[in-house]
Parts: sequence; C-alpha cells; structure tokens
Amino acid sequence: MSRNLILEKFDLLSIILVSILTISGLINIYSTTYVSDSVMFSLTNPFGKQLLFVFFSAALFCIILFFKGKLFQQYSSLMYLFMTITLILVLFFGNEIKGASSWFSFFGFSFQPSEFMKPVTGLVLAKFLSNIHSDLKRTKVQLYSFIVVFIPILLIILQPDPGTALIYFSFFFVLYIVGLPSIYMNLFIVSVILFLITILFDMNNIILFISVLTGLLGLIFLYKKIKIGRLLFLSISSIIFIIFIDFVYNDIFEQRHRDRFEVVLGITEDNRGIGYNTNQSQLAFKSGGFSGEGFLNGSQTKGNFVPEQHSDYIFATIGEEWGFIGTFTIILVYTLLIMRMINRANKHRNIFNKIFIYSVASIFFFQFSINVSMVVGIFPTVGIPLPFISYGGSSMVASILLFAGYIKFDSYKKEKW
Amino acid sequence: MRDKFFQIVVLIISGLLIIKLFDLQIIKNNSSDFLERGSIQKIYEFPERGYIYDRNNKLIVSNEPYYDLMIIPRDVELNDSTEISKLLNIPIHTFNTKFNKSRIFSNVKPSVFMSGITKNEFALLQEKLWKYSGFFIQKNSKRKYNYKTASNILGYTSEVNSYEVESNPYYKAGEMIGRQGLEKTYEVKLRGKKGVKYLQKDKFNRIIGSYNNGIYDSSYVPAKNIKLTLDIELQKYGDSLLKNKFGSIIAIEPKTGEILALVNSPIYDPSILVGRDRSSNYNTLKLDSIGKPLFERGLQGQYPPGSTFKLINALIGLQEKIIDEKKTIRCDYGHFYAKNSFMKCHCDEGTYNNLNTAIYNSCNTYFAKVYKETVDNQTSSKIGLDKWKEYVNSFGMGNYLGYDHPTGRPGFIPSSNYYDRWYNKSWRASTTISNSIGQGEILSTPIQMANLAATIANKGWYIAPHFVKEIENDSIDSKFKEVKKTLIDEKYYDPIIKGMIDVVEKGTATNSKIKDILIAGKTGTAENFIKIDGVRKQLTDHSIFIGFAPADNPKIAICVFIENGYWGTRWAAPISSLIMEKYLKGSVSRNWLESYIKDGNLNEEYLKPYKYKNFKINE
Repeated sequence: MSRNLILEKFDLLSIILVSILTISGLINIYSTTYVSDSVMFSLTNPFGKQLLFVFFSAALFCIILFFKGKLFQQYSSLMYLFMTITLILVLFFGNEIKGASSWFSFFGFSFQPSEFMKPVTGLVLAKFLSNIHSDLKRTKVQLYSFIVVFIPILLIILQPDPGTALIYFSFFFVLYIVGLPSIYMNLFIVSVILFLITILFDMNNIILFISVLTGLLGLIFLYKKIKIGRLLFLSISSIIFIIFIDFVYNDIFEQRHRDRFEVVLGITEDNRGIGYNTNQSQLAFKSGGFSGEGFLNGSQTKGNFVPEQHSDYIFATIGEEWGFIGTFTIILVYTLLIMRMINRANKHRNIFNKIFIYSVASIFFFQFSINVSMVVGIFPTVGIPLPFISYGGSSMVASILLFAGYIKFDSYKKEKW
Repeated sequence: MRDKFFQIVVLIISGLLIIKLFDLQIIKNNSSDFLERGSIQKIYEFPERGYIYDRNNKLIVSNEPYYDLMIIPRDVELNDSTEISKLLNIPIHTFNTKFNKSRIFSNVKPSVFMSGITKNEFALLQEKLWKYSGFFIQKNSKRKYNYKTASNILGYTSEVNSYEVESNPYYKAGEMIGRQGLEKTYEVKLRGKKGVKYLQKDKFNRIIGSYNNGIYDSSYVPAKNIKLTLDIELQKYGDSLLKNKFGSIIAIEPKTGEILALVNSPIYDPSILVGRDRSSNYNTLKLDSIGKPLFERGLQGQYPPGSTFKLINALIGLQEKIIDEKKTIRCDYGHFYAKNSFMKCHCDEGTYNNLNTAIYNSCNTYFAKVYKETVDNQTSSKIGLDKWKEYVNSFGMGNYLGYDHPTGRPGFIPSSNYYDRWYNKSWRASTTISNSIGQGEILSTPIQMANLAATIANKGWYIAPHFVKEIENDSIDSKFKEVKKTLIDEKYYDPIIKGMIDVVEKGTATNSKIKDILIAGKTGTAENFIKIDGVRKQLTDHSIFIGFAPADNPKIAICVFIENGYWGTRWAAPISSLIMEKYLKGSVSRNWLESYIKDGNLNEEYLKPYKYKNFKINE
C-alpha cells in the first residue's frame, strides 16, 4: 500500500477537524488552569496531564489503524461481557469521586469504565443489527437491542452518574435512524412534552385540560362517526403517565434533582446556590462578547468562578476568551464533523459499518449538544464532557477510540465483507 | 429517509445553539452588566468634601482625617486577645463580640472593627499594629468645624440610609451624604464625584490585579468649595446677644437677598454631630423639648407677626386708596369694631392719628379701620379678603420663600375659603379684624418678616433670601438673582419708611437709636398661647422687631424675634440696633446696652409653664 493510498483511504478532513478540537481543548485547559509562575508542562497540573493523554490517544489511534477491523467485530461480544463485569465491579470497588463510584485508580491515573463502554456498545449493536436476520420491525430484535443499551444505562445510573447514562440514549436515536418503528419515537416525544408540562403546571389542571379536550374531541368524533377507542386510550394513558411523573418528580426525586430542572425552566432563580454554575458561566459568555477577552484574559476564567471549568464547563472559557467567534467556530467544527460522518455512513452499503458510524456520530452529537446546552443554561446541569476538548483522560481516550473506529470502518468502503 | 432526518436534527440543534450564543454574547453583552459580576471588585476613590467659607473668606468648615480599624477575620491569628484589647483600650468581652460580629459579616471581606480613631490614638496604634495580622487601618475624612455656631444652617453629614441607596444609584452603603442644612442642599457640589477602579478577583475574593488594565476605570471629580453669604463674626456676635434667650436673629442684605446672619438660640456646637458620638448627641439635642436646639426658629418657627404686620396693611390701604398720608382716624383707648366687640389700644381718649403717627405709635384702631375698609372696599368681603391676601402673598408671606436651605415652614395667610369653612360662610371684615394687627390666623416665619423689612428697604421688591454667595467654578442658582416685585407701587413706600424712621426717633423704639445711623423699624408684640394638659394658656408675648439701616441707603435688613420677651422694645429692638451697629460700624460703642442684653436671662420665663400650675405673664 502506497502512502497516497492511505491518505485516500482515511477520512483526512475528519482527522483535521478532530485535531482542531483537541488543540483548542489544550489551549483552553492551559488558560483555565493557568497559574502564573508555575511550570505548566508538568504532570502535577491538568494541562500537563491532558497533554500526556493527547499523546497517548494519538499513539492509540495509530495502533488501532493497523489492526484488522474484523478483529473488533469478532471480539465485540467478549469485550461487552468484560466491560459489563467491569461496570459491576466498579460499583463495589470503585473510587468515589464527587458522589459517584465511577472510577478505578491505578498509579495516580483514574479510569472510568462507563466511558469505554460506549465504543463497545456501539460495536455489539452494529454487529447484532448487521446480521441478516435482524429486522428491527420484529419485537424480538427490538427487545434484544434495548437490552444491549439498557444494561450499561442501568449500571451507570447505579453509580450514580446520570450524565454519562444519558449519553447511552444516543443509541436509541441510532436504532430509530436504522429502522425502529416510529411509534417509539412518538411515544418518547409525547413523554418529554408531558414531563415538561407536568413540571411547569399543576398536575390537576393538566388532567382537567386533557379531560375537557378529550370530551370535546370525543363529541366531534361521535358526530363524524369516528371510533373513539383510540382517543380514550391515549388520554387515559397520558393521565396515568402524568400521575406517574408527578409522583416520581415530587416523591422519588430529591430536591437537588428538582432544582436542576427548575432552574433551567425558570421556575426558581437562584444565582448563588444551585444556579450558581449556570449563572457564572453565562456571565463568562456575556463578558466574552463578539471577539472575546483574549487568551489568558478571561476575567471569570482567571477568577476561577466557574466550577469544573477545565472539564465540563470548558466551553465557558472558549466563550469568554475567544468570544462568539470562538464558540461559533467550535460549534461549526462539531457540526461539520458529525455531518461528515453521517454523510459517509449514508454511502456505506455494509450495515455494520453504517450502524457503527451512526453510533459514533450520535454519541458525539449528544455529548456536544447536551454539554453546550448545559453550559449556556438551557439544559439541567449534568456531568457530560465536551469530546476532545474537556479535560479528562477517560473521556479523551474513549472519544479517540470511537473516532479511530469511525476512521477504520469508514475506510472499508470499497471492500464488501 | 431517516438518515436525512439525522442530519436535519443535527443542523437544527446546532443552529439553535448558535442562536442562543448569539443572544448571550452579542445581544445581552452590555458593558455595565458585565462590570457588575462577581469576579470584579469596584474600589471607589472619594474626592475630599468641599470647604465652606463665610462672605469674608473665613474658613468655617473643612475636613480632618480620622481612622477606622479594619479587620479581615480570616487573616487574624490570635493566641491571646488580652494584649490587643488592651491596645485598643476596650474590654476583652467587647473585643470578642466585635470579632464575632465581623466574622458573621464576612470572613474574607474587610469590615470596620473600630470606627472614628483620632489622630493621637492612630499614632499609638500604628506603632504596634504590625504585630497583629488581619488588622489594618483605613484613613477617612470627617467634617471639621472652626466655629461653634450656625449648626442648623450648615447641617451635617452622615451615612446614607437604605432608602437613599435604593433610590439614588450614585450612593453605596456606608458612604456619607449631606443630611441636613446646606450640606444637604449643596450635596452634589460639596461631594464632587467619586472615581472607580475595577479590580479582578478570584472566587475567594482575593484581588489578583487590575481589570483589563484599567480601561474602565475613572478618576474622581474634585468637590467644589462654597462661599456663604453669612458673616461668621456677625453670626457669633448674634449668638452672644441671644445667650439665655430663645429666639432668632435674621439679617439680610436687602439689595441682594444675601443672608448675613441667621442666629438661632439656644445654640449647640456643630462638631458634636460628627464621628462616633453623633447619634447619642443627636438624641440629646432632639430630646431637649424646651430649648429645641434643632428647631431652626428663623426658618421653621411660625409665629403671629404682631404689629410688624401693620406695615403691610398700611401699604395695601395706600395702594387701594383707602387712606392717604393726611387722613386721620380717631382712637379712644381702642374702638368697637362690631357690636359689643372692643379692640383695645394704648392711645389716649380722643387721639387723632394720621399714617405717620399711627405707625410710630402703633395704633391698633387706625390699622383695624384701614383693614376693615380694605376688605369692604370690594363688592363682597370674600372678594375683598382674597384681594388683600393677594397683596400679602406678594411680600413672600404665606409660602416658602425659596431659599437654599432644606428646612422651613410656609407660614399662613388665611383666604376667604378658610373663613367660609370656619364660620360656615357667615363672616365679615370685622370677624377677621385680628388680621389687621398681625394676630389671629396669620402666621409668619422670622425669615419672612426679615424679608418684609428688606422689601420695604428696597421700596417694593426683594430677592429670595439665600445662604450661598459663590460656588467654586460654578454659579449659584439663577433664582437668587431674580427680582420679585410686590403689588404695591414704589411711591407708597416713602410714607411707610418715614413712619418707620420715627418709630426709632420718637416712637416705640427710641432706646435703639444709633449715633450717626438712621434706622427704620417697627416693633411688634405678639400674643401667644400654649396647650398644657389640654388647657389653653396664654404665655408672655413674643418680642419682635423688624427694620433696616441706614434708612436712606439700606445695607442691612433685620428681624429679631425673642420668644416670650414681652413687648418689642424690651429685647428685639435693642438687639437689632446692636447687630446693625456691629455690621455697619464693625464695633459697638453702646457697651452698657450690649452688656444689658448679654446679661438678660429669660430662662425663668421659659420654665414657668412647666414649673407652676398658675403663673403670671407679661411681667
């Protein structure tokens, strides 16, 4: 294989885009954790560590490209089993960091199994669905796919790490893209809407409203001689669902969970307590303005006002120091990268490649959009890092594994196997 | 189909995020908002408050430094608090309470631990304070008064209250504001404009440098010094004359409306309303219900003007052509103004008074008849009285004069509506006859009476009295240059002034003549009452004098008002003449009169209603 062929084979544009994201991540982690008169290139501070993770990930990326793609496909079930056991073990033997036992620690480095489960789940799902007998119209296939996704979700929720668990819902999105019946999507959308209005308005009022609406529609249906069975079923099940949500929200959720929703929905305003992160990061965006305050000059960043700013809230640094130009560019790069992946996946005839690439794109899309929404204050606070940019070894390595998978399987376009 | 759906979702979400960021970073990005956020600390720099001078450039009010001991509880490392509490000269338990209090306020923010440390205490502290971390000294500035007078005129400064902080965005908690007197009126000029520095903080509130190299910083605008119209020496002389008497002296330069002196007795030292003991001293002054030192009689006291008001009635009579100089009116120890209603007068039986003799003998009958005819001159008493009121109002009576001091009362001149309500519409000129001699419903403040003297001196006009002559690099309010005319023609003032000269030359106030200086004046004696336990009791009359000098070229117009001083000639007239002599000649030659006045003591008179159940008045 000549050099030119390699370059032609791999999606160079995506590699460039990911490199841009990684480098901008390094720059902003440097700025966020910058302390004058201390050595930044040292493993004792986040920037030094991140630099190490980046080199490690780059090496890993190259190594993976030399493996045969089929190997990952063959051992995917084994890896899934191994990771599932790891996720169970971490519940008992993991290190508790910030209230969640999601971590194993070795030699000063922490390792987060829930991050590495992502590519593995993607592989298993792609392998199962690429089987000639797997038709998503069949309930059995639907059930199996759901189980594959729900096992990690359950184990991660138990840690508890709702943020990471949320990312696994991106696989349902993939399932929908590749042919899950639309009833599931419709149910999901209706549930979200019902959930939101239950929080925003009083439960009794909504039930009354639905009843009146059903009554009116029922009269029209009767007049027009349409069967009202479905209408009744729909309204009764929504009412039951609302009562269920109300119960879960008020009696099972703790106040801190409710607070997160209520701050985003504007029900409560609390800029010192629970809303502090969001308020401080919004101030960082505002002070950044159009062109930003400049590298190392963000006043919110310098003052260290935004908690977790080098990891989950790194986007606030970009907003403050590089302004709208910076945030716009980063969103543009992510969008380009994800669109590019979907585009290339669309052209694949091999189902495995297609589904795996969709999974990678979907995971990146979920992580990026939820993270940005949370940092700008339109989504409740959850711990989700920005892929390639946020500080964190596990996140970095897992993202690179997903990306390497994409590059590898994408390169098999011409080979039909 | 659904792969397109994926791409559309990605594009929509990315678009929404960009819109949200555009909203945050470009639409909601306004500079004042982001300067308010937590990471930036504002440090203010205050210009020194403006000085106050008198008309002869004598420094009345300046500033002196004082020191606050500040504390940052987090930085305090104390093994033994006995030593430091000894150094601060406070008991150890006080030290501990204060320390806990500041800790509750904030562990990391500086707060005042001990306020108002004097220069001497500071010198002592400074030597030893380095031993105690977490304490430091902050220099401040407070008002310094060089004269123990004019306290109510100058007013005082104190910390802004929460209402002021809310209603005026300039002030922040803990800053000083002119609270009363001229400090309040000229607050904006005297304070200047504070400067601001923006400092970058970290989340532990530690300052880590200047924000954005100081591009938003502004430096302060210096305060302006002001020069008063007061003659502080005359003011002090007035204080000495009013010793042991309650009352006020107001001297005005008629041509300009400049207030030369506004003496209020009893006096207090303005410097007691500064610094650590301000509030307790203020309460002591406030609780003095007999002397009422905070009550500025000259501006706030509303009294019947008594016989001095006859001058206005005479002028109205002349203008309305009820009388001329020659017309005479008979008086027999007084007269019946209505059936069974007799008004007493001190004229002998069968006295015929013309305008001149009526003024210098202060004949009640004469002015009662003039007033009655003035009111009856119109088609109804109602119209007549309102016309009369219009004339009186044009002298600045019955309303605020518009001077530059925040306190004051409007006085009262009754209107026909007032009597309609009071007498259920059945009243006539004779019903309101007391108005003719400045008793009854009429109320005026001493400054209005002084302004009346100035108006007559000017023959029909006045400029609103005021306290400020010049403001550094600025001009005074244009209303203090505006001439206000009365509704009386200039020619009618001549016979009035003639009468007023005769008051001193051969009338009721002959004891107040000054060698070489012709004084025009009018005495007044005002009946007054007090309610004790719900019972109305008459007190000794107020002694009043208004006048101006020299009569041919007036340089000073005056009103002296002595509470319960009995008749006008007893106290008010001689005090006026002494003030005039002091101002016009620079010194007083009539030492016997001066010491008689200075020794005069009315305290027994003021205590009568509180000491005795039954007491004699006018003795």
